[in-house]
Amino acid sequence: MTDDYPKVDRVMGGPAGWISIAFPAVLFLYFLGLLPQIVNGPQVHGIDWVPSLGVRFSVLLDGLSMTFALLITGIGTAVTLYSARYLGQHPQYPRFVCYLLMFMVGMLGLVLADNLIALFVFWEVTTIASYLLIGFNADSAKSRRSALQALLLTGTGGLVMLGGMIILGNVAGTFELSRILQMGDMIRAHPWYMGILLLFLAGAFTKSAQVPFHFWLPNAMAAPTPVSAYLHSATMVKGGVFLMARMNPALGGTDAWFWILTIFGGITAVFASVMALRQTDIKQTLAYTTLMALGSLTMFIGAGTHYAIVGAMTFLVVHSLYKAALFLMIGIVDHATGTRDATVLRGLWKAMPLTGAAAGLAALSMAGIPPMVGFIGKEFMYKASLGLGGFGAIWVTVMIFAASALMFVTGGIVALKPFRGELADTPTPAHEGPWPMLAGPLVLGALSLFFGLVPGVLGHYLVGPATHAVEGEVHEVHLYLWGGVNMALILSLLTFLAGWLLYRSHESIRARLAAFEARNPIDFDAGWDRVLDGFKAFAAWLTGLIQTGSLQRYMAVTFSSFVVLVGGTYLIKGAFGDGLGLATASVHPVQWTVLALIAAGSILVVWTHSRMTAVAAMGVVGIGVSVIFIMFSAPDVAITQLLVEVLVVVLVSLAMLRLPYLPRRSRASFRAGHAIIAAGVGVVTTFLTLSVLSTPFDRRLTTFFETASYPEAHGRNIVNVILVDFRALDTFGEITVVAMAALGALALLRGTARKKES
Amino acid sequence: MQSLILTTTTRLLAALLLMFSVYALLRGHNLPGGGFIGGLIGATGFILYTIATSEVEARRALRVDPSNIAVVGLGIAGLAGLSAGLAGEPFFTGQWLFLFAEDGGKGLPLSTVLVFDIGVYLAVFGGILTLVFALEEEI
Amino acid sequence: MELLLAITIGIVVATSVYLMLDRNALRFLFGLVLLSNAVNLIIFAGGRLTAGAPPLIPEGAYAPVDVVANALPQALVLTAIVIGFGLLAFTLALVYRTFMTLGTVNSDEMRIAEPRDKRQLDESRLGMGKADPEHPATGQEAGI
Repeated sequence: MTDDYPKVDRVMGGPAGWISIAFPAVLFLYFLGLLPQIVNGPQVHGIDWVPSLGVRFSVLLDGLSMTFALLITGIGTAVTLYSARYLGQHPQYPRFVCYLLMFMVGMLGLVLADNLIALFVFWEVTTIASYLLIGFNADSAKSRRSALQALLLTGTGGLVMLGGMIILGNVAGTFELSRILQMGDMIRAHPWYMGILLLFLAGAFTKSAQVPFHFWLPNAMAAPTPVSAYLHSATMVKGGVFLMARMNPALGGTDAWFWILTIFGGITAVFASVMALRQTDIKQTLAYTTLMALGSLTMFIGAGTHYAIVGAMTFLVVHSLYKAALFLMIGIVDHATGTRDATVLRGLWKAMPLTGAAAGLAALSMAGIPPMVGFIGKEFMYKASLGLGGFGAIWVTVMIFAASALMFVTGGIVALKPFRGELADTPTPAHEGPWPMLAGPLVLGALSLFFGLVPGVLGHYLVGPATHAVEGEVHEVHLYLWGGVNMALILSLLTFLAGWLLYRSHESIRARLAAFEARNPIDFDAGWDRVLDGFKAFAAWLTGLIQTGSLQRYMAVTFSSFVVLVGGTYLIKGAFGDGLGLATASVHPVQWTVLALIAAGSILVVWTHSRMTAVAAMGVVGIGVSVIFIMFSAPDVAITQLLVEVLVVVLVSLAMLRLPYLPRRSRASFRAGHAIIAAGVGVVTTFLTLSVLSTPFDRRLTTFFETASYPEAHGRNIVNVILVDFRALDTFGEITVVAMAALGALALLRGTARKKES
Repeated sequence: MQSLILTTTTRLLAALLLMFSVYALLRGHNLPGGGFIGGLIGATGFILYTIATSEVEARRALRVDPSNIAVVGLGIAGLAGLSAGLAGEPFFTGQWLFLFAEDGGKGLPLSTVLVFDIGVYLAVFGGILTLVFALEEEI
Repeated sequence: MELLLAITIGIVVATSVYLMLDRNALRFLFGLVLLSNAVNLIIFAGGRLTAGAPPLIPEGAYAPVDVVANALPQALVLTAIVIGFGLLAFTLALVYRTFMTLGTVNSDEMRIAEPRDKRQLDESRLGMGKADPEHPATGQEAGI
């Protein structure tokens, strides 16, 4: 996203920019005003949306949703302010703003929804917004591929999750989260618990990019930097974490929950930290550290103890603050120097002191160095991991230790190395960024420091209520910077030591990792391509199998299926012969004659190979049918049938003037197979008609029409009253079909006339 | 196909058919007839005229493009259905006005149902003529 | 009468199916006309056959005095006839246009959208061509 597009002159993005900044800013202040109420307990508001399906548009305001809402709107304000300058002169900036606001609304809906179905709808809104934003730079094939990959992966996960939601809704008897969350014991004991859990986790893991679904997130860095900062680190990817935290009272606390979440979360955290070391593009490094954070959060929500939840909620806020700041920072560096390569950037401190300050604050928080709030988050995570029993404690502690040490290194790579030493040559000379871009990272960095110094505020207003919401019960939360000399502090010091050692040799580690990666046969990204290729190959195979392109074969399959399925049902039910007893004695000679004419006419159409004879024979059949309508008291139908028959003959004869002759009859033209299918369909139809006619007749509808026709609809011709009054909507649909068929045929025929002239 | 006798009688016959089609339309609510049948009869009249003279001649006699008639018919039918909304009733509820009604009788009934049937008439009439003219023009 | 009518319907259906299985689009069209006649008869007969009593309410009465024919299937069939005509007219126009453009009424020779050669099908429609190593993403985009 450099300067290779035609610039449009806008001041701070023009009206689109101002609106996009004002919208989250106002909402942020609104939520901030609500915060004191929420501290005292959750609130639910709502209106019915689709009452027949139990879908309500209801809002659950508790500590968890409030924390997310404040992050979404607060970081949203920083990001929109930043984008107004970063992209404000892009020709398609207004479109970008639309996508961003759409995402914001979707994400807010997702975290505030109290109804599972509403939550799903908003979940998908964020997926779509993410697709549009990753693919914003649509000229690039890479962007388009990344966008599609993210859409397919998170979209599939979302659909799977919908299945889980529907099952859960049926088990609980409601889709209202505020009620479901109180039924935890019942749900955990339910035989479908495992299924619900796995389906939900499929959604959460794809959205929050847990291994093995992680690869879309680094690819999503094809999006403009503000988007990466906002969606793909601070908010959207936390949707999965949010879901797990939200469902914890209902689904959490079982062994399955513990092991699935801690194992996948742990692997994701460590794998991502190692991969972060491997990258040279700082934006990619940051993407992998985001993965690490998501893994840690998943792991601690899975661990589920009080300290684990407090640690997770603290870390959630901490991470959003420092990661958004770092992404915005690297955007400024990219903007100013034209590169994001960690091996190139050096000595920016003198040219970009403010950027450096923001980066420094954020990176200190990321590395978990006191007095930053990141230190508090890490302390609590250590405390939590040590408090777990048995193998879980070892696993979680080792994982979090490794991830934290690697975070320390990454913090150095991202924020220390580019600013230290002699200024290196960059594609464009380094210079300080403008204030709208600096404001966000500086404020976020300052907040990391502020919360570190005054942890009580964070604990009272955000982490405490959020922990309450996740645990489903009230525990006092007290955050502190200095907890005395204990195991957690010792682990922290060890982390710093390990991190410092690793940082010193990180360049050789990176080289070794690169060499390993070159030999590593497991490539998730390429695997995804193979899955897609396989899918397409399967689709092509299936299409080739089913859609042969031969009308004749389609017809044969359709009609044979009819014979086999309907005829087979008859055989199984022993229903052949129903209605054979219907009296034939009363048949009048005229009726005999008409029926014989109809049968003869239709056979003649088959037999003849003269077009005109066929048309005439069809006329005979049609008129015979209309005579039957007359005989059995249907004057309206008979008139219609007669008139249509005339029109059919006229139209077909007209067309015959130009259409070719029918092929001459020959011995080869008789197809025995076709005759068998045809005879089968005929026989089955006859028996079907007979069995319909031999069942008792229910006249209720007819009686209604007969008695209501005159008193209610003021008409004496019941058929017409049905057509234009009782069933007028159907009739409206039908005349629409007639008009559309006429217009369609007109379009088809007009084309030929033009072709002929040319 | 130019035949003097056919051309002359057809003019008369087509006019008669058109008149009869309107009659069938109007009486449809109480006796066999209605918009579908009326439209078909009217279209048949014009098709007869087309065959006797030419498609160009028939278009001239009709003055309006038949596809427009079909679409206008659809619009009339739709509006007749929507008008129930003015009375606060569901879509396509018939609205009636009985002029000169006396005790027991229904006087001269006017209704949105009749308007709807006129829409059906026009849609069928226009639709079929669109088809036939297009084919005739082609051939 | 019902038995005979059902047999007649069976015959019409059988002939129409035989015609619709033909490669010649004109014979297919004839089959379509016959089939719609047969189906209309089935619906009509499904409402039971009543002779000599049209569903009309006599002057002065508020409902039919005697048993009259079932009005509901009549209304259904009436619209079905008109719709069937619309379908026939559209199909006819389609066959006509196809003949003018492709010069054939044989449905097996109408293969512009679905070429008979499978490889050709794969590459032209489903983007299954080998991905270009220079631009690995292009194979993806064409396919979805």
